[in-house]
Amino acid sequence: MNFLLELIVSIFLLIGGIFILVGSIGLVRLPDFFMRLHAPTKATTLGMGGLLIASMILFTVRESGISVHELLITLFLFITAPVSAHMMAKTALHQKNKMIERTTGQELIERARQQKAPDVKSSLND
Amino acid sequence: MLAKPRFKWLPMPYHSILLFVTWLLLNNTLAPGHLFLGSVLALGIPLLTSSLSKPQPALHKPMHTFRYALRVLGDIVTANLEVAIQVMGPIKNLNPGFFAVPLDLEGELPITLLASTVSLTPGTVSSEVSECRKFLYVHALTMKNEEELIQTIKQRYEAPLMEIFSC
Repeated sequence: MNFLLELIVSIFLLIGGIFILVGSIGLVRLPDFFMRLHAPTKATTLGMGGLLIASMILFTVRESGISVHELLITLFLFITAPVSAHMMAKTALHQKNKMIERTTGQELIERARQQKAPDVKSSLND
Repeated sequence: MLAKPRFKWLPMPYHSILLFVTWLLLNNTLAPGHLFLGSVLALGIPLLTSSLSKPQPALHKPMHTFRYALRVLGDIVTANLEVAIQVMGPIKNLNPGFFAVPLDLEGELPITLLASTVSLTPGTVSSEVSECRKFLYVHALTMKNEEELIQTIKQRYEAPLMEIFSC
């Protein structure tokens, strides 16, 4: 294994690790549930992407023959991440989790909880 | 508008392709034995399960899905960078917002795709769909202009999806 390969793989590992770390820091720092949801759904997808690219490069070069089953992990991640984020947001709405006060559009929460359309008088319809 | 199977023995062609590719990826091989086993599974499983699946809208322009996927991938990378910067920056500068996006899309699959895209891209998580399937409630990590954000979602993601599904 030569130096260049090690360098590329470690760069991708570092990028992945940094993004996953940022996602976890976001979980700690952000003030309410809905905002906290943003950090792990986004920052970690790219983090995982970095780790998987590193794995693909390493195993493609080291064991002859391309290694692509990491793509499957990416696929499953892209299918499950938004669905679980949606389910958690939905549950939080129905559990009446509070959003922090400066959140705009809080008058819509009640309508969303009942799965009703927002009031027609809102100017969103045009 | 609904997808109709062209051959009786191949009720869900896209699922068959997906199953075949997934099998080969799972085993990480192109050995003839696995090619054979994969094709048997890819043809057999849809035959057994097709009666359980609901009819889905047909793809009007299948090639546009690749362009859409590339755009979403690019946006995921920018979304990650943006959210990373916002998370590390001062929290009091974030102005979270909750708003409803009026939907022109119809059908469960297109709306699911739009909701997933919204969850994966810049600072937004879809949190609820109205019963009438006409509004998507979205929570944004930070937003400056509500109207602008709604227009971005509609033009950048909903319009290409409408083209793909022709609804």
